[in-house]
Amino acid sequence: MLSESGTRDAGDRIAITLTINGQRRQLQVAPWTSLLDLLREDLDLTGTKKGCDHGQCGACTVIVDGRRVNACLALAVMKDGASVTTIEGLSTGALHPVQAAFVEHDAFQCGYCTPGQIMSAVALIEEGRARTREEIREYMSGNLCRCGAYTNIVDAVESVLNGSSARREAAE
Amino acid sequence: MNRFAYTRAGSVAEAVQALAGDPAARIIAGGTNLVDLMKYNVERPDRLIDITRLPLAAIEEHEGGLRIGALVPNSTVAYDARVTARYPLLASAILAGASPQLRNAASTGGNLLQRTRCYYFYDEGTPCNKRVPGSGCPAIAGVNRIHAILGTSDHCIATHPSDMCVALAALDATVRVEGPNGPRAIPFAEFHRLPGDEPQRDTTLAHGEIVLSVDLPDRDFSRHYTYLKLRDRLSYAFALVSVAAALEMDGETIRTARLALGGVAHKPWRNAQAERSLEGRTAGPETFRAAADLILAEAKPYAHNGFKIELARRAIVRGLAQAAAGTPQSQTDKRIR
Ligand SMILES: Cc1cc2nc3c(=O)[nH]c(=O)nc-3n(C[C@H](O)[C@H](O)[C@H](O)COP(=O)(O)OP(=O)(O)OC[C@H]3O[C@@H](n4cnc5c(N)ncnc54)[C@H](O)[C@@H]3O)c2cc1C
Ligand code: SF4
Ligand code: FES
Ligand code: FES
Repeated sequence: MLSESGTRDAGDRIAITLTINGQRRQLQVAPWTSLLDLLREDLDLTGTKKGCDHGQCGACTVIVDGRRVNACLALAVMKDGASVTTIEGLSTGALHPVQAAFVEHDAFQCGYCTPGQIMSAVALIEEGRARTREEIREYMSGNLCRCGAYTNIVDAVESVLNGSSARREAAE
Repeated sequence: MNRFAYTRAGSVAEAVQALAGDPAARIIAGGTNLVDLMKYNVERPDRLIDITRLPLAAIEEHEGGLRIGALVPNSTVAYDARVTARYPLLASAILAGASPQLRNAASTGGNLLQRTRCYYFYDEGTPCNKRVPGSGCPAIAGVNRIHAILGTSDHCIATHPSDMCVALAALDATVRVEGPNGPRAIPFAEFHRLPGDEPQRDTTLAHGEIVLSVDLPDRDFSRHYTYLKLRDRLSYAFALVSVAAALEMDGETIRTARLALGGVAHKPWRNAQAERSLEGRTAGPETFRAAADLILAEAKPYAHNGFKIELARRAIVRGLAQAAAGTPQSQTDKRIR
């Protein structure tokens, strides 16, 4: 790991530590590897999707140190020491309430945007700023859905916010 | 993306030194603009200097106002209780931009230095004076729907894409920087520049200088303000035209007026004459229209962006009405009232 400061020449791989879904990992990364490519290509965590690779779709949304971000625009080397949660780390066993709500409300068609939508929704609920449907729509606007499942996505998020059936079922 | 070396700066001095000594090095903060441009080969730094571990991530009281560190994420600024109480215009403008994910990653300094969204600038297969000085500006005779109507030159008609900066312009913020020759403070109006014959320079920052903070003065526009942003879709899109309005009112009379426009020029656009024309007048459509006319008298349309002149006129009138009435535009309820 680079301690406080340090410098590396082009071509060098750099040792970093990341806690991914609760597991501490020592990794060697090239400085130009995005967090998205590290997850998908090196760590085989392909749940996080690459839609646009330019910050324009939200398919790559993951939670880094408690905040949702686009993994495609983050350089892995810069996240040294961070804690990353991906869709694979959302639940152990039973579905996470947001996952259950997406199933219950039919909140996807092809499913490609879904991991990003779910990670974004989990963060939205944690942030605690959205109450109305309008607010859910705005705070989910960083996640595009080519299939246009938006109405059902809002339904799913709303149901979890209201602590409705999805949460109760998952808890049972 | 090109191959590059990586430096993690341990101090501001170290970052300044690494940057100043290498013309092809770039600072990286949130990375949401720089990494994007690197993927398009528009930026090809030979070294990235990661400043994210520097102690520039605090919002502090400063001379009656607030000092926002260059590394404070956009979302942190927008939800800070001191910002929402005293500078709600700034919070509103930030929330009008990008997406929750991007605002979490984007830094205050990076937002200032984000580059234009001109499609030719992004396309290395076309000429562009901003990307390759002297190669030409295909936007002038090409597709220019999103381009500028004010302050353009024969060399570039790009706009500055930031929403946050439009609010900072209206609030008369100061940008504090540090470079090889020491620190200096740049008034916001002098930070971004017009393209002139050097469109490759977006700002007056010299290579080697790093933004340390944005300082907000002790001036309260928390009652009469609005950030009104008009765009092709209601969220997650750059402004075609935006208006930041901040007023101080004496009953129905405008005491002080600040008005900045986004999406229309190479920098947030202010017009001192128009602002003075509002002061001492009774708030109302006539007064607002006269100010809009003053601002837009010098507007110059290109083939596809002529609509921006009328759009700006209406946005100015509506924005001033919202500010005067104390009913700012909501960034979640998208209806414009
Ligand atoms: C899909 C998409 C939509 C967007 N929509 C909007 C929108 O609607 N409105 C809006 O305003 N913005 C929008 N943005 C832009 C976003 O706000 C910027 O990308 C972001 O603010 C840049 O901050 P950053 O920290 O990520 O900068 P970086 O990418 O890290 O850096 C950007 C530039 O700033 C320089 N830099 C960074 N910090 C400093 C410093 N302290 N001192 C000197 N130089 C520095 C870097 O060298 C680089 O040149 C959008 C971006 C994307 C990808
Ligand atoms: S408008 Fe400016 S950025 Fe766009 S092509 Fe012309 S020179 Fe390049
Ligand atoms: S893949 Fe990251 S936003 Fe589209
Ligand atoms: S379900 Fe297909 S893109 Fe959203």
